[in-house]
Amino acid sequence: MRTIYILWLRQLKRFIRKKANIVGALGQPILFLVALGFGLNPIFAKAGDGSYIQFLAPGVIAMTALFTSVFTGMEVIWDKQFGFLKETLVAPVSRFEIFVGKTLGGATVAVIQGILVFLITLIIGFRPENLLLLPVALGFLILVACLFSALGTAIAARLEDMQGFPLILNFVIQPLFFLSGALFPLKNLPAILGVITKLNPLSYGVEGLRYGLTGVSHLPPLGGFAFLAAMIVLMVIIGSRQFTRIEV
Amino acid sequence: MIKLINVTKKFGDLVAVDNISLEVPHGEIFAFLGPNGAGKTTTIKMMTTLAQPTAGEIYLDGVSVTADPSQTRRSFGIVFQDPSLDNELTAYENLQFHAILYGLPKTLYLERIKLLLNLVDLSDRKDHFVKTFSGGMKRRLEIARGLLHQPKVLFLDEPTLGLDPQTRNHIWTYVKNLNQEEGVTVFFTTHHMEEVDRMAERIAIIDHGQIIAHGSPDSIRREAGTATLEEAFIKLTGHQIREAPAEFSKSTMRGFSKM
Repeated sequence: MRTIYILWLRQLKRFIRKKANIVGALGQPILFLVALGFGLNPIFAKAGDGSYIQFLAPGVIAMTALFTSVFTGMEVIWDKQFGFLKETLVAPVSRFEIFVGKTLGGATVAVIQGILVFLITLIIGFRPENLLLLPVALGFLILVACLFSALGTAIAARLEDMQGFPLILNFVIQPLFFLSGALFPLKNLPAILGVITKLNPLSYGVEGLRYGLTGVSHLPPLGGFAFLAAMIVLMVIIGSRQFTRIEV
Repeated sequence: MIKLINVTKKFGDLVAVDNISLEVPHGEIFAFLGPNGAGKTTTIKMMTTLAQPTAGEIYLDGVSVTADPSQTRRSFGIVFQDPSLDNELTAYENLQFHAILYGLPKTLYLERIKLLLNLVDLSDRKDHFVKTFSGGMKRRLEIARGLLHQPKVLFLDEPTLGLDPQTRNHIWTYVKNLNQEEGVTVFFTTHHMEEVDRMAERIAIIDHGQIIAHGSPDSIRREAGTATLEEAFIKLTGHQIREAPAEFSKSTMRGFSKM
């Protein structure tokens, strides 16, 4: 437990000390909220779906959690390049503990960023539907953060340097985001898109957050919760295996 | 204390370490020499559980490194050839991180950290970020860290690389004391032959993955028929300049993609 704690604490210290990164990571969500939120709001309302800001805000919070958690998880590559990973790998602790500690560290950072973006959505005009459902939203935020932090960490275990990063960004992270229900409602979609969005774990995170924040959801929250939890367990198993195979 | 039996490490077709056997008794200071790319660091990585031997067996303090990596990890400390500190943390935080990973109780690690920071002359920089440190200060901090959990074996992979003579002298004096007073076995690599002369009781020279000479500094000079260790080293390993092969990391990557 102390191992997991100190790895988690290290991640958090690194996060808090990089103030510029914290602010920088808010740029993209704000852009999405302002440009898409206000830009598409009239059309969305005309189509009879209500306020697009209300619809978009949970999606942008999920987006923040996704990007922050994957990026923080992938910081393991820097640890490899700056040599610090060796220090962790020669220590008498299991690779499972290292993986879990790193994943929880990245997830905590992502949850904090997600909450910051939530506060920004309030400034922009978003209003949660039911305050009693807020803990549900937080629960889904935590699940999304854990799952994708684990994914980022597992990917980083296999990469030697940041050269593969654009590939991961454009063929893993962006598709996860764009093919979830973050930007558009998961209804009346073309068949293929419908299937893809239902297979995408992020869709369940987005819809779960949307349920917690607005009381509306196109996917069943309970099923989504279970699916995300199962994916996390799977990811931790895969990721720890990747970690035991690292040779530096 | 350290025992390697017919150890081989291959990266794809490249044989980095070719069937070497070595024994270092408890309490000895042992120098492991060789030109760049000869297989020194790969051997140390295998001894410290960072790489798996393709064949052969390694024992540290009687425990098989491959069969029981966690048990072995407690018994050694290592100073890596490349930096391995977290620059975004302070000196104290780097040491604390290490202490907790090694399961030291708080009262013990507070005391050890204080002692070791004193020893490497960094007490006044305790709460400074490592990124503000010079190369020599980082090295000293890494040495303090490697000793924090009171290891029985200390691996030093070119610990004095890029350091000025003052710092080098300081570090070796300390290592010698540690060896004499606490009986720590020391296994080190270096390119400075005067350090070998000063420190090592016995030497092995590795080249192209094979051990080509083994014995005390005197016996190696005698066998090579040279006046100094430096001359003996050049005579044994040739005049050709070596490059640390980049294929090592590439083939490691190929290894990864196969998994």
